[in-house]
Amino acid sequence: MSEGLQFNRDSEQPERLVASGDWRLDHASNLERIVAGVSGEARVVDASGIEYLDAAGAFLLLRAARRLSLEPGDIELRDEHRPLFDVIVSALEGEGERETEPPPLWREWLGGIGLVVTGAGGNFRLLVGFLGLALSRWATTLFRPSQWRVTATVFHMQQTGLNALPLTALLAFLVGAVVAYLGATVLRDFGAELFVVDLITYAFLREFGVLLTAILLAGRTASAFTAQIGTMKSREEIDAMRTLGLDPVVLLVLPRLLALLVMLPILALLATVAGFLGGLAVSVLALGIEPNMFLTRMQEAVTLQHYLVGLVKAPLFAATIALIGCLEGFKVAGTAQSVGEHTTSAVVQSITLVIVIDALAAIFFMEMGW
Amino acid sequence: MVKVTDSDEDIAIRVRGLVNRFGTQTVHQGLDLDVYRGEILGVVGGSGSGKSVLMRAILGLLEPQGGMIEVLGRQVDGSGQSLQALRRRTGVLFQDGALFSSLTVRENVEVPIRTHHPEIGDELRCELARLRILLTGLNLDACGKYPAELSGGMRKRAGLARALALDPELLFLDEPTAGLDPIGAAAFDELLRTLADALGLTVFLITHDLDTLYGICDRIAVIGDQRILVSGRRDVVEAFDHPWVRDYFHGPRARQAKQAQQAQENY
Repeated sequence: MSEGLQFNRDSEQPERLVASGDWRLDHASNLERIVAGVSGEARVVDASGIEYLDAAGAFLLLRAARRLSLEPGDIELRDEHRPLFDVIVSALEGEGERETEPPPLWREWLGGIGLVVTGAGGNFRLLVGFLGLALSRWATTLFRPSQWRVTATVFHMQQTGLNALPLTALLAFLVGAVVAYLGATVLRDFGAELFVVDLITYAFLREFGVLLTAILLAGRTASAFTAQIGTMKSREEIDAMRTLGLDPVVLLVLPRLLALLVMLPILALLATVAGFLGGLAVSVLALGIEPNMFLTRMQEAVTLQHYLVGLVKAPLFAATIALIGCLEGFKVAGTAQSVGEHTTSAVVQSITLVIVIDALAAIFFMEMGW
Repeated sequence: MVKVTDSDEDIAIRVRGLVNRFGTQTVHQGLDLDVYRGEILGVVGGSGSGKSVLMRAILGLLEPQGGMIEVLGRQVDGSGQSLQALRRRTGVLFQDGALFSSLTVRENVEVPIRTHHPEIGDELRCELARLRILLTGLNLDACGKYPAELSGGMRKRAGLARALALDPELLFLDEPTAGLDPIGAAAFDELLRTLADALGLTVFLITHDLDTLYGICDRIAVIGDQRILVSGRRDVVEAFDHPWVRDYFHGPRARQAKQAQQAQENY
């Protein structure tokens, strides 16, 4: 590869080094080795034998000069290489200030933990503040029907509710079937297979109907809200609204919040029914429980209290999901990358909060004996 | 300066009868263009006239429906090998720099060196990347920064540093001064002129900026009506009789840019 690359002392004048060949990026690693080999006394570098010089070659030539403690002026060049060489020399003059060293890894790691903790605290405060903002806007628009965004609300009801129905029903049905199988496996040892019905009824009325729906909507709807609002934010649509005297909270947040508050309980109810059907299917087909028996047993197990204990959580979940989705959308800053980051964050936050709230509620209701 | 002869030696890019169509919309129909070695060619044209499409076709980023494109004596076609060879000899600066957002500025500049010259050691690669960053007028502070932390002007300089990483013969620039303030734009123009002269670059420059056009371009090519309306030195292009060309080069902004240019020459 190194065609005629030379960097040697002149046989007659030992203080004169002669460079020749192609000093190009293509031969940079060879040149680096050659340059690393030079040492000792020298007064002049004769580079006029260099056929072709590029920025990398000029850089290595300068490095050679530095190793020989020569100035750039001690390098003799062809005229056509002079402009390039001068540009490189003047660029490297600014090299005095070094690149700032990154801090050690452990410090970055520790700092990262701190950032996450303070970030989580700040996030929570923001969320509570946003809840307050949404509620106050809601209160002010409540008595001004002209500001109601009926079309937008209905549109979001369809998007978040109706369109999510098939998936929610399917998931609940399958989970119902799985719970029935699990219950049967444990209860069979006691000969109490019939209690599978109680298990399914309690599980879906109190927990699964609402929880499954909420988790599904946290993934499906919170991300959609963030992406919609985030895209608008990054295209400065939100700022445009403000300058036109429109309130983005009234226009964007309230319809979404209301739609979810209405639709999540309805979806949860349907999910509960689908879960019952899943349990019924397994009980009848695999466990040999008569449909009549199943329904009678269920009628005995179902009470209004169980139903309410489940349903009371629905608005809580709905508000959490809608608010986190919208808030993350408003946090988007400019770039498409930011939209993606906040969408992910919205899903993670809303699923986490939904499960945390559900666990706290379960403990509370158990302690109260409800 | 540029010798305007037609021998093959002197032509860096030769486009003949280029046809580009998207669906039913024809962007180019029989477009011919020559770019001479060592010149800075400014390409102008109205919005949607197909300047960027032409650049993308020359770069082999999109396959034309017809015509011939020759870059540095090699025909640009679908075959990966000839394209790969051309990639080493061309640098591209996209509109907003198109830096990889997950890499720091220095890592961005190292990418082409790492790809095409894996034999170069880590230390030398790092030094060469820093040299390009310094060449484009950035401080070394910028090395460790991510593109999102840079201003628009710095992103363009960093993009230019990456485009120059392989010491290309050909440099493509897509609206290098768009979105820069006038001072930043003037500084960028000057940087381009200096680097083009020192590194012996051939530059294909798409621009809307009349100051850039008058300040640093050796020749101008005007795209319109799906072909090159006229190309040549400034006086030739200005004298060309076409409504768009007339409006463009004889409008109030063009007059101001021309005056500014003359003032600078006298100064």
